Amino acid sequence: MTATTQPAGASKGINALGLRKSYGEKVVLDGVDLQVAPGTIFALLGPNGAGKTTSVQILSTLISADEGQATVAGHSLEQDPDAVRSEIGVTGQFAAVDGLLTAEENLELIADLLHLDKAEGKRRAAELLERFELTDVAQKSASNFSGGMRRKLDLAMTLVGKPSIIFLDEPTTGLDPRSRRTMWQMIRDLVAGGTTIFLTTQYLEEADQLADRIAVLDGGKIVAEGTADELKRRIPGGYIKLRFDDARHLDAAAHTLSQATRNDEDLTLQIPSDGSIPALRQVLDGLERSGIHAEALTVHTPDLDDVFLALTGQGRKTATTDSATAVKETQR
Amino acid sequence: MSTNSYAVRDSMTMLRRNLKHAQRYPSMTISVVAMPILMLLLFVYVFGGALGGGISIPGVGGGGDRGDYTNYVTPGILLMAITSGAVSTAVSVCSDMTEGIINRFRTMAISRASVLVGHVIGNVVQTIISLVLVVGVALAVGFRPNAGVIEWLAAIGLLVFLAFALAWISAAIGLGSDSVETASNAPMPLTFLPFLGSAVVTPDSMPAGIRWFAEYQPFTPMNETLRGLMLGTEIGNDAWIALAWLAGLSVLGYLWAKASFNKDAKR
Repeated sequence: MTATTQPAGASKGINALGLRKSYGEKVVLDGVDLQVAPGTIFALLGPNGAGKTTSVQILSTLISADEGQATVAGHSLEQDPDAVRSEIGVTGQFAAVDGLLTAEENLELIADLLHLDKAEGKRRAAELLERFELTDVAQKSASNFSGGMRRKLDLAMTLVGKPSIIFLDEPTTGLDPRSRRTMWQMIRDLVAGGTTIFLTTQYLEEADQLADRIAVLDGGKIVAEGTADELKRRIPGGYIKLRFDDARHLDAAAHTLSQATRNDEDLTLQIPSDGSIPALRQVLDGLERSGIHAEALTVHTPDLDDVFLALTGQGRKTATTDSATAVKETQR
Repeated sequence: MSTNSYAVRDSMTMLRRNLKHAQRYPSMTISVVAMPILMLLLFVYVFGGALGGGISIPGVGGGGDRGDYTNYVTPGILLMAITSGAVSTAVSVCSDMTEGIINRFRTMAISRASVLVGHVIGNVVQTIISLVLVVGVALAVGFRPNAGVIEWLAAIGLLVFLAFALAWISAAIGLGSDSVETASNAPMPLTFLPFLGSAVVTPDSMPAGIRWFAEYQPFTPMNETLRGLMLGTEIGNDAWIALAWLAGLSVLGYLWAKASFNKDAKR
């Protein structure tokens, strides 16, 4: 990003204390504290309905919290929402573009609303169209765009005002893998230019790839916070998995390796392990000595999925059947 | 940055956006314009002969013909053009609110009212176009006003004021509707109100209850004022009563719409 002069708020980040919000009986946020250091990517991770979008709506001045306070870019949400608004950009899950206008008109509309003069608005629009590879479709109306293109235009519109803090609410939900990777690269470029990013996602890989710090939100509460590594260290998720041809070998192995849990249905054994070479050798030696033939071996090291599932109260069973949160394993 | 100093500029930006929408998807505009023109033709050619002779037309008396009735009904048709035009504000505001872009506007340091002002002024412009066409068709089918320049200006002022007041009320209805279908149906009673006044027939031909309603509802003094300006019939106090209604409806519509818009974003 060609950020020449950063706004004053750029060095302030986001601070929120005790945010609460309920709709009628339903408590959506139940005392949420958040600190986002300037110039970093912060990921708010959580399952559907955890309160991610509500958090973004509050911090971006769309709705007000019932309780608690927050400053964004050094300005109080409650006392000076317009000062907050002039520092932030928001790109939501549902692309905020005007479908009846062309890509260029959408960007110029935002430039007009930012009170840039005509020439400057046109220049900025052309620059962003170029940067997001939308120049060829600049004169097409946004309603004809694919999901990925709409999302790109959406982000481009957010950037017209050169915001110091950008909220990205599930920016890659519904995008194909290629568009997702393009979006990730754009996010990295923004942070390299000094922008602060507040990201919500339900994709663990996304948080792992991008975020400096991650907070896990579940049922309206932050249940864990830290770097990806810190979170992974918190839970014992590693194991070795052995697969056998038949029940006979499975029985014998289960007998030899007493701490293992067996699964008769798919003929596997799961042995808790840190995945180190000595630990692996020990298991293999044990099998060798007893003359047991194992068909395949996989080592699973704890990843954010384990953290997520352990912390958000969803059973492992749902995880192994749900492709969206499929457990990654390293085939050996 | 002060929001208020940019209110006019932001409103103009929003107006340009809405006019572009109307220009690109003219089906709404066309149906809004077609409705009053069809009504006019219906009342002049289908009912005109019978009604002209059947009611006591001010300035003519009983036993008028189709031409007299055309003069009688045209001001009412102009009011209907405005009420049916106003419905489209509710639809366009409601469908706009379901778009993500409104949330983008809400997170920008712009004048909040500008989104609605853009819709309202856009609708007034559309209604003016529709009024010009209706007057054109009316003149072609025998409408013969005797208004001078001053009377025409006053009539135009009254019509635009009404379009403005109803657009705000319709915008508020649009903001309060959960779906575009609701938004297009909710303001329908508005389009019927002129019928229950002096638009089509004189209230003294109606039964007591309806006549009472017809005499006191807001469209009747507006209709009588308009008729007086265009055809030189008696206006009396109706002009002041009409202006009071218009001012009251505008303020009500504006405050109602603004309050609805400032409520938390709905999802």
